[in-house]
Amino acid sequence: MPTMPTLVLVGHGMVGQRFLEALAERDLTDTHRVVVLCEEPRPAYDRVQLTSYFSGRTPDELSLTDAGFIARHGIELHLGDPAEHIDRATRTVMARSGLQVTYDTLVLATGSYPFVPPVPGKEATGCFVYRTIEDLLAIEEYAKRRATTGAVVGGGLLGLEAAGALRGLGLDTHVVEFAPRLMPVQVDEGGGAALLRTITGMGLSVHTGVGTQEILTGGADGAVRGMKLSDGSELATDLVVFSAGVRPRDQLARDMGLTVGERGGITVDERCRTSDPAVYAIGECAQAVDGRVYGLVAPGYEMAQTVAASIASQDGQFTGADLSTKLKLLGVDVASFGDAHGAADGCLDVVYSDSRSGTYKKLVVGPEGELLGGILVGDAEAYGTLRALTGSVPPVAPEQLVLPAGAGAPVALGPEALPGDAVICSCHNVTKEAIQAHATLPEVKKCTKAGTGCGSCVKLIGQLLPQSGDKGLCGCFPHTRAELYEIVRVKRIASYAELLDAHGRDGARGGEGCEVCKPAVGSIIASLAPTIGAGGHVLDGEQAALQDTNDHFLANLQKNGSYSVVPRIPGGEVTPEKLIVIGEVARDFGLYTKITGGQRIDLFGARVEELPLIWARLVDAGFESGHAYGKALRTVKSCVGQTWCRYGVQDSVRMAIDLELRYRGLRAPHKLKSAVSGCGRECAEAQSKDFGVIATANGWNLYVGGNGGATPRHADLLAQDLSDAELIRLIDRFLMFYIRTADRLERTAGWLERIEGGLDHVRDVVVHDSLGLCDELEALMADHVAHYRDEWADTINDPERLERFVSFVNAPDAPDPLVRFVPERDQIKPDLPLLSIGSRPLEGSVTS
Amino acid sequence: MTVAPEKTAVMVQLHLEDAWFTVCELARLTPGRGVAALLPDGRQAAVFLDRTGRLYAVGNRDPFTGAAVLSRGLIGSAEGRPFVASPLLKQRFDLESGACLDDEAYAVATYAVQTTPSNA
Ligand code: SRM
Ligand SMILES: Cc1cc2nc3c(=O)[nH]c(=O)nc-3n(C[C@H](O)[C@H](O)[C@H](O)COP(=O)(O)OP(=O)(O)OC[C@H]3O[C@@H](n4cnc5c(N)ncnc54)[C@H](O)[C@@H]3O)c2cc1C
Ligand code: SF4
Ligand code: FES
Repeated sequence: MPTMPTLVLVGHGMVGQRFLEALAERDLTDTHRVVVLCEEPRPAYDRVQLTSYFSGRTPDELSLTDAGFIARHGIELHLGDPAEHIDRATRTVMARSGLQVTYDTLVLATGSYPFVPPVPGKEATGCFVYRTIEDLLAIEEYAKRRATTGAVVGGGLLGLEAAGALRGLGLDTHVVEFAPRLMPVQVDEGGGAALLRTITGMGLSVHTGVGTQEILTGGADGAVRGMKLSDGSELATDLVVFSAGVRPRDQLARDMGLTVGERGGITVDERCRTSDPAVYAIGECAQAVDGRVYGLVAPGYEMAQTVAASIASQDGQFTGADLSTKLKLLGVDVASFGDAHGAADGCLDVVYSDSRSGTYKKLVVGPEGELLGGILVGDAEAYGTLRALTGSVPPVAPEQLVLPAGAGAPVALGPEALPGDAVICSCHNVTKEAIQAHATLPEVKKCTKAGTGCGSCVKLIGQLLPQSGDKGLCGCFPHTRAELYEIVRVKRIASYAELLDAHGRDGARGGEGCEVCKPAVGSIIASLAPTIGAGGHVLDGEQAALQDTNDHFLANLQKNGSYSVVPRIPGGEVTPEKLIVIGEVARDFGLYTKITGGQRIDLFGARVEELPLIWARLVDAGFESGHAYGKALRTVKSCVGQTWCRYGVQDSVRMAIDLELRYRGLRAPHKLKSAVSGCGRECAEAQSKDFGVIATANGWNLYVGGNGGATPRHADLLAQDLSDAELIRLIDRFLMFYIRTADRLERTAGWLERIEGGLDHVRDVVVHDSLGLCDELEALMADHVAHYRDEWADTINDPERLERFVSFVNAPDAPDPLVRFVPERDQIKPDLPLLSIGSRPLEGSVTS
Repeated sequence: MTVAPEKTAVMVQLHLEDAWFTVCELARLTPGRGVAALLPDGRQAAVFLDRTGRLYAVGNRDPFTGAAVLSRGLIGSAEGRPFVASPLLKQRFDLESGACLDDEAYAVATYAVQTTPSNA
């Protein structure tokens, strides 16, 4: 076998990994021996999303590759083993471990290093940079152990991101920026002013127009205790993060005699070749042919593609890229794109500025009316669309593009208006056309990689996919859930069949419907039941056929066909007597018991025929259904609050119980969760709930739209210092407005993000009654509260409803023999039949 | 002497290998939902009634999980063909052919169903 040419990659960062993928896509990994030297102790990860580590993303989740990819393509990856010396004459790379590899082609992707200004004290304990996972681990450790105040040197994009992270770690955070405004590279003066207001409004202290002169140290270990600023003032701080820009890591290239730019960066041509034709350089370590060193990932990805194409003897070149950025700092919308500062000849600005709301928007327009670039602060909603329109003449006048929705502006410009070649995902350079060749977001991500970089384009992609043309709930209805809600409410339709036959799609009328719309319509009818005159019980009449199996049996189906039982424990408060009853029931029925994440107790392993017997005992002891099975209110968690806790300022337990009892049984587009904390320490985690309440000295703060789960979201503050009555009235309105307008299976978090106008719109509607709806919303909730009945108490007293709680219609006393358990840790667990992956036929089933 | 009035019930029957097997009264079925029946050999069938009054029966065991739960799934129709969606992982099975609509490697058994009047 002829020996394969060897390709050595130095640096396994974001661009290095993209390069390996580009090789694999072209089957070059089959025709080359590929050796990768990686300085860091772990394979490539998503540096762009680095900060999400502080919101719970693990290093593993940040990883950009997996062992499978590396192995499948026969790549030799050496972790923690940087290249130390390269000899061009013999084409040999020497690594720290002593490994030597002779290359035919060498690719340098060494990235950059954080620049630390040469101030005295910069090496002290407590000084950090912000570049790698290891940096973050060290910052986190130090912040937890010995810091209450932190300062970031540098108020640019990364500096603000780092400051947001420090604040998230609970530090009192300062930002020191030499320039007269924050993010001087991306935003202009007006944008900087709006940004400053927003950032200080978030509780960060900003010092602009001052430099750092010295890091002050003290104590036995000479750790940081403060910094001296150029205006002579001192700032006390326990921790300093330098984020004063990055510099290309070109030392290796200098040592081997390659040409580098005046201000650093390995000089490359349009094919990313260095001054030695056997050596390429890509990513942040390279100075592109336009003389720029790009500090963004998207241009690096393009360079990676260019080199792979070059090695495969295909066309491709990199001549420059655009510098669009959207800040990911929690809670601030800042974006700039294209020629943001209006550097082009003859260009004009269109500016909208509203200092009350901290909004600033500027578009730069060329002499022919073409959009050249812009800056958005405080409201970057239009970023995706505007970025994609850059370079073309927008279909509407530019002033209409910056006016906020509702300020007399005609319909905002939709993604339909974008030309086919508009670049939607700038990280991966994917056009509208390329996205529209696919049907679903997962497919788009898989086939084009669009949306898998910084993620800022995902929303726009969603709007471009075919479903957005047909917003119908499913194959049966052409309407959204919100539209169906209105039809049911206005026409007082209390029957699914009637709704389907009158409003279904042509082919679906008279049919059976489907598993998507049945529960959705069931939920709409249930939440409007008192108002439209439908039967109140979800097991009644035709309603029975609509409910998901969990609602049908008022319990949660488990993997082996058994059920779990969750009695409601309002606010998490429970008497010893009730606890004993739960224990006795669990013992008598042999159930597995576990404390849930929702401050109550789950009993697992009940057979369907046991459910009524279990509930007869629970109801007798004063328990009610906990609706763990329903798209309904789950729990209102509480902290112990003022009654016991030395910090508490209100009775959080009482409020949690009141709220849980008020909203129990309320059917919604998705489940609803809540919590009440007795003070700002927030032990009940109210800010991760659909509606969360935090006590203040003057009353209650109401937060909405929080979410845990797969896509966590911090709740937004809706209103402050409310009295008990004001709080409840506002929650009533908020919930009913959500129920009315949300999509199927859309939590409040996704709904707030999606609806036009977002939080501001919701606040207008529920606080300022801008739609004149509030009376109606309150009346709907009053109806719900007045008509609430415990579903389990109703069920165990009704022989007809009880009939369905059997394993077999023809053998009511026989248990399902397939529901079996085995012991584990002194309790039971399901004994699952072994199913082979593939198509092994089972008894009672055949394979085609 | 009193004569009890004669009540006539309609019974649901499944066709097993060589004979009709009586499951229950038709009145036990709710349109749009199913019930499970234990068959003489220990197998289980899921029997459904749709809103037009048609009956279907398929194997009750979900081949994806091994749990006997298909009778508790929601039924629907797509392009005129009736299906049941498993309540566990939501795969759909054609109620007439038993074929899984989401993965052609899987299928469940089907049974012929009829109703018959009986004196009770
Ligand atoms: C039992 C419990 C886990 C535990 O042992 O602690 C649990 C169990 C289930 N969760 Fe959960 N979740 C439980 C607390 C939570 C929490 C914590 C909390 O409520 O404070 C969360 C994150 C908070 C949140 O929802 O924002 C949580 C986020 C989810 C999600 C993701 C929701 C999302 O918006 O991303 C799902 C999936 C879904 O709903 O689509 C889910 C779905 C489920 C389901 C229903 C999955 C299923 O369909 O079988 C599980 C069945 C429960 C059962 O059979 O009884 N569970 N689940 C917890 C029950 C709490 C309770 O008392 O009611
Ligand atoms: C907190 C943060 C947020 C960011 N946010 C954004 C954003 O929103 N949008 C955006 O476009 N960009 C963002 N960036 C920049 C982006 O991460 C970089 O542009 C991108 O990582 C560059 O990729 P690279 O492969 O060139 O360099 P890197 O990802 O830095 O990879 C270079 C790798 O080479 C290794 N290396 C160096 N020398 C050697 C050697 N001699 N031998 C072996 N290995 C070596 C380094 O250890 C490193 O792992 C952000 C960066 C940070 C730190
Ligand atoms: S949130 Fe406040 S009142 Fe409640 S337990 Fe925690 S510290 Fe105490
Ligand atoms: S623009 Fe960054 S992922 Fe698409």
